[in-house]
Amino acid sequence: MLKDITLGQFFPGNTIVNKLDPRTKLVLMIAYIASLFIARGLFAYLFMFVILLTCITISKIKPKAILRGLRPVFIIILVTVFLNIFFIRGETILFQFGFIVITTEGVVTAAFMASRLMMLIVSTFLLTYTTSPISLTNGLEKMLNPLKKIKLPVHEFAMMMSIALRFIPTLIEETDKIISAQKSRGADFETGGLIKRAKSVLPIIVPLFISAFRRADELATAMESRCYHGGEGRTSMKILRFSAADYIALLFGAIVVTIVVLLGIYF
Amino acid sequence: MALIRTEKLSHTYSTGTPFEHVAIRDICFEAERGEYIGVIGATGSGKSTFIQHLNGLLKPTAGFVYYDGVDIHESKHRTKEVRSKVGLVFQYPEYQLFEATVFDDIAFGPKNMGLPDSELKDRVYEAAGFVGLNESFMQKSPFELSGGEKRRAAIAGVIAMHPEVLILDEPTAGLDPGGQAEIIRNIMNYKNSRDATIILVTHNMEEIARNVDKIFLLRNGYLVSNGTPAEMFCDTEKLAKMGLKAPVAAIIAARLRALGLPVKDGIYTIKQLQAELNKLKSKGGVYA
Repeated sequence: MLKDITLGQFFPGNTIVNKLDPRTKLVLMIAYIASLFIARGLFAYLFMFVILLTCITISKIKPKAILRGLRPVFIIILVTVFLNIFFIRGETILFQFGFIVITTEGVVTAAFMASRLMMLIVSTFLLTYTTSPISLTNGLEKMLNPLKKIKLPVHEFAMMMSIALRFIPTLIEETDKIISAQKSRGADFETGGLIKRAKSVLPIIVPLFISAFRRADELATAMESRCYHGGEGRTSMKILRFSAADYIALLFGAIVVTIVVLLGIYF
Repeated sequence: MALIRTEKLSHTYSTGTPFEHVAIRDICFEAERGEYIGVIGATGSGKSTFIQHLNGLLKPTAGFVYYDGVDIHESKHRTKEVRSKVGLVFQYPEYQLFEATVFDDIAFGPKNMGLPDSELKDRVYEAAGFVGLNESFMQKSPFELSGGEKRRAAIAGVIAMHPEVLILDEPTAGLDPGGQAEIIRNIMNYKNSRDATIILVTHNMEEIARNVDKIFLLRNGYLVSNGTPAEMFCDTEKLAKMGLKAPVAAIIAARLRALGLPVKDGIYTIKQLQAELNKLKSKGGVYA
């Protein structure tokens, strides 16, 4: 069922990682991803892996949840590995059959690419699994606040994002329902050629769009009747404040980045 | 033999995840041809999950569903065949309308069954007739209709497939009393003219008190009891404990009984209550 897909699903928890300010987590995630791209050599990668493992352990995310989240990107990783193995031509040839040439350099690059991709994705899970969508957009809005000076609609952007996140599960549920309803009217989504299949989506898409517009309309009315008028002068119930833990975490992040850079230079 | 029957039917959602949830457990259900059955239960009791098994939309995690004595999951072909015999009208079916005209929308089901165009037209007009939509509606866009009309057009879309079992999930939710009565009448029309089995899911007891032959009561995924309306509605307090309200007539009868009036058991419609009270009145004496 559609319901079973993991799309940045938030698991409520009570660990230090859950309690960190969303801004801290955002910055740390960006720092981590940047370090992944700076990282050169086996030691740097191992170091990044250990850091990630530590963070996962602290945040108490179940390995099962991470594996399930990785499933949809598995094919992308596979394609990357495939391309690297077959198309990077190095010096030492491992295997040759006709025009197919596999070199040690290719295999090594493929392994690095795959692990980099996986670590990158898992690090984003760390953020989305431990941060509720609301606090995430809240943090994002606060971080982008300076951009308001150059007339960028930061608040509107954040509001749009939180509404979109809020409606993903609702629309998934709705799609499930519409599919069931059309199936019980004998609709067939599984057989037939390309054109027939494309046509068979129509009975799902039309009602889904209508309901999305209806919901949007209702939500707009509900927001207006509660006097929503954009970001100006709006205060928030939860005011974000850095705690000691946030400063420590940021310091820790800075150290990690430095070590990665040094590892790249000296090894 | 029962037309549709379930045997120890259970369903678990999201097995093996933190969101695992058992929706229904060991449900044994039976409906004969031409029977009118009410399925009642509070929100979250598993009613909707249960009915989605009857036409094979959901596959049981354990147990079986038999239609005409044959397992409906025996083969893919069988499941598809059963879908046209067991018509399922979802909650708020008007949200599934999608065609450009009411005619095309009602014709969607029969077309999927592979009926020829000549027969299609008869089916659509007949189905529209059952729900009281006349010819002037046929070329309109379904989105121009009123809420009640949309609902009826959507129900016609299922009726046009000539199901032998028609299942409706809260068909009157959100309609005004006039619209509600109209839908219930439409359903009765269809049942009487085709000797169809009707399974009505609801938590509106008044609605089913008058018509149904049998009631199945679900609670937390279990089938807790079943019987005739007279049997089911006599214990008004038990129903209240399950978050359901017995028909007003049954409640009044129970109150009068508690006050010491010799009102007989098994009263659940206003008409029965009226007759009983008139009988008491005609006896005269203290009751007059």
